[in-house]
Amino acid sequence: MRFSDTEQLLERKAAPLGNAARIMRRLNIDGKLLGGLLLICGLGLVVLFSAVGEDMDLWLQQCIRLSVAIVGMFVVAQLPPDVLRRWTPWGYGAGLVLLILVLAFGEVGQGAKRWLDLGIRFQPSEIMKLAVPMMAAWYLHDRQLPPKAGHMLIIAVLVIAPTALIAMQPDLGTALLIATAGFLVLVLAGMSFWLMAVLGLMSVPGAMVLWNYFMQDYQKQRVLTLLNPDSDPLGAGYNIIQSKIAIGSGGLFGKGWTNGSQAQLEFLPERQTDFIFAVMGEELGLLGVLSLLGLYLFVVGRGLYIAIQAPDTYARLLAGSISLTFLVYVLVNTAMVTGIVPVVGIPLPLVSFGGTSMVTLMAGFGILMSIHTHRKLLPH
Amino acid sequence: MRLLAPIKDHHSERRLFVRRVVLSSIIGFLLCSSVVARLVQLQVFDHELFAEKSQGNRIRIEAMPPTRGLIFDRKGRVLAENLPAYQLELIPEQVADLDDTLNRLAEIKLIDKEDIPRIRSLSLSGPRFKPVTLRFRLSEAEISNFAIQRPRFPGVDFQPRLVRRYPHGESVAHALGYVGAVDTTDLARLDPAAYVGSAHTGKTGIEISFESELHGSPGYRQVVTNARGRQVPPDFRELSASLPERESPLPGANLYLSLDLDLQILATQALRGRRGAIVAINPENGEILALVSAPAFDPNIFATGMSTDEFSALQADAGQPLFNRAVRGTYPPGSTIKPMLSLAALETGATNLTHRNFCRGFYTLPHSTHRYRDWKPQGHGDMDLHDAITQSCDVYFYSISTAIGIDQMHYYLDQFGLGQYTGIDMVGEHQGLLPSREWKRHAFRERADQVWFPGETVIASIGQGYMLATPLQLANAVATLATRGKRFEPRIVAAIEDPLTGTRKIIAPKQLPDVEIDNEVYWETVIGAMHDVMQSDKGTARAAGRDAAYEMAGKSGTAQVFSVGQDESYEADEIEEHLRDHALFIAFAPLGNPKIAVAVVVENGGSGSGVAAPMARAIMDRYLGVNPNAL
Repeated sequence: MRFSDTEQLLERKAAPLGNAARIMRRLNIDGKLLGGLLLICGLGLVVLFSAVGEDMDLWLQQCIRLSVAIVGMFVVAQLPPDVLRRWTPWGYGAGLVLLILVLAFGEVGQGAKRWLDLGIRFQPSEIMKLAVPMMAAWYLHDRQLPPKAGHMLIIAVLVIAPTALIAMQPDLGTALLIATAGFLVLVLAGMSFWLMAVLGLMSVPGAMVLWNYFMQDYQKQRVLTLLNPDSDPLGAGYNIIQSKIAIGSGGLFGKGWTNGSQAQLEFLPERQTDFIFAVMGEELGLLGVLSLLGLYLFVVGRGLYIAIQAPDTYARLLAGSISLTFLVYVLVNTAMVTGIVPVVGIPLPLVSFGGTSMVTLMAGFGILMSIHTHRKLLPH
Repeated sequence: MRLLAPIKDHHSERRLFVRRVVLSSIIGFLLCSSVVARLVQLQVFDHELFAEKSQGNRIRIEAMPPTRGLIFDRKGRVLAENLPAYQLELIPEQVADLDDTLNRLAEIKLIDKEDIPRIRSLSLSGPRFKPVTLRFRLSEAEISNFAIQRPRFPGVDFQPRLVRRYPHGESVAHALGYVGAVDTTDLARLDPAAYVGSAHTGKTGIEISFESELHGSPGYRQVVTNARGRQVPPDFRELSASLPERESPLPGANLYLSLDLDLQILATQALRGRRGAIVAINPENGEILALVSAPAFDPNIFATGMSTDEFSALQADAGQPLFNRAVRGTYPPGSTIKPMLSLAALETGATNLTHRNFCRGFYTLPHSTHRYRDWKPQGHGDMDLHDAITQSCDVYFYSISTAIGIDQMHYYLDQFGLGQYTGIDMVGEHQGLLPSREWKRHAFRERADQVWFPGETVIASIGQGYMLATPLQLANAVATLATRGKRFEPRIVAAIEDPLTGTRKIIAPKQLPDVEIDNEVYWETVIGAMHDVMQSDKGTARAAGRDAAYEMAGKSGTAQVFSVGQDESYEADEIEEHLRDHALFIAFAPLGNPKIAVAVVVENGGSGSGVAAPMARAIMDRYLGVNPNAL
């Protein structure tokens, strides 16, 4: 294969660089991906230090979470893709059961049942962020691509079941992201453009059903606010207005680290979590946020490269879905913070304060590393 | 595991996948570009707009209230000052459970239980970051008590503030008035821009009359605030380094009053336990030397805030301590108008210096049997005008009353300022009432009541009937007698001092047209008779005038509150206190070169010469410095 040949060539050239590359290879670590991720995390920690108001305790807490997530990534990277594939249906099934348990016994937090306490407290919906694309990829692994209509219907059921359960918690943001991850597998598997067009058209009545029967008032309010943020500047539109002021007032070079008046004087809401991108825009300016976006694109690009290099259908689809889903996270958060799309509670991956989603994300990147480092250098 | 895996075309699958990845990448890149475009729009093209907005966000203009002007007496003694006091304040946004906090504060007696609803509504109305004052002045014991318990009350703390303080309390209460918390009715009257930071405003007396001078103008400064409007410390990084200009508040002007604190204290002591008023005026320029109304109150409690109980107690007090009798109380002037009336009688020819009249103890109008009685039942005997004034013979004045006529009475008494506003530089004075035919035509609705009866002229001649005067008007009138007809508008504020330059603007006395009686003999006759009231064997107030080091003139008055029937006699001991006569006295001294004119009214005091005259004497003694320890 051309691609693997190139890879081999590069490997050989890189060999004289020393033992580091060889050790990484043996530890199933992809150096480029790891480098990109560590740069993002490092930049994130710098911004977070300012966003938490230089609170050392909170900042160290985040450092610890990050370390745990990176260790998790290394662990996952050791699992060969074939093992992951064989475990996939069981993981997916277990996730479904846990979601049902959450609805039945879950703990309430911020008006929604999302948490489950099984020794450690966690959100089963996080499992599904990986389990759903894995399941879709597993189903398509043995089948000829592009998938036939019947197969797609089955995948649709596999995706919609957990999505609906999560939407009922209610956690619409996560549900949509999980649906997106499943949908991306189908897109990568070669779903026809006609069908996509039809689905796109159907999404209009679908959105109306969603609006009328599923969306909570606060979610509707968010959409309305996006259309006219100045209508209620101290209410729902406040976040978007303050966020735009923060980013806009940052200018090209920013107001300087820890000197953002919007962020430091608490005009900016959720500055440590969902709106941390605005803190960065204010303090580090356009150059700062473009650097971060560049790093994200590098990581996504590397992920897609790994997907293309992947040896089989399962690994290919999974790696592609994980990489593109990561891009969707970044796009949705930055578009929300800059006021392009409604406020949805999606944190900026690897930068926002909080640990649950970070572990899932890093596990995903662990899968990418596993796929890349376990591949046999022979074509099928 | 599937046993029969279908044959897959790996190459075409892979080509398909790569195509899809490339396509997704292009779409992802386009979406990412739209975010970048948005960032460029916000951070490059609209940067200035948002930079301005963020600046406006954090800078708040904060008003700095001016320091209220001080008030001094004529000798420069402080009557009103501003003292730092510790206030108990609550910041609503920092209090988790308002009701619980207030209840616990009430338990440790820092606030009153009755005040809780008021504080509650105050806390819920204004901005959440703006402190609400719970108590204006904490005692040292309360401060130390609260300091120990402070951790139990997050959001509650004590703060130093300037609070109005009247060191001489009730003795200047009615003259100065007081300041109180700015309320909604004040805000309708005042310029809101000038009062943004001010908690207090003048409510009565000089404090309200000279509010615009005393208040000063507020300054402002720009402070850095966080999203909740709370000010952040000025050294908060460089956020406040570029803070724009500030403007210091301009303190209010200081007032120098013509009041003499010694006289205020003396008059307050003299009236202790009684209801009444004392007003003293410098006849040469209209300066008020003393203005006291009793009972009084402690004006400090209005500035420091009082409990609901205290306020309702003040309002319910039968003595009406909040009522300024000196300028608002109206009383029948009684015999105190006799000197003025004598001048009118001489000027109009109703009597002359030699005319005599025999007093049998009563007077009847022609063709009438109704007896107008003298205060002395057995009568004064043969009287001329001098004797009639000295011994206060009512019958003499009855007998000349119809010859003067009510309209001439009105014409001359009006020139002494009765029945009209004196024009004192203090709000709230009462006009009093000087009757005339014209007045009666308009005062009554029934036609029968609009007619002036001759009998009404008779009783008007001794200051009874419809006639009403305030103590201030009486003092002003006796001052006019003292100057032999020269009149001035009464003034309390003598000078206004610019607090910055220290220059004083002296307020010139305002002279009014002289009384239209030019015959000096008439004046000297009447004033001589008033002298004899106090300093002759037969004078009604000879007891009060005894052993004086200077010559003085006076006239007693006794105003009926209660009508005695035709066949009854007035026995002071037999009637209830609130129906007893009001005691009045007017006086001035020294005789030839008058320096002070005094009017005293003691409600239900009984005899003017017995009760009110000694008070007037004590005031004059003190002012003229002949007997500093009078009373």
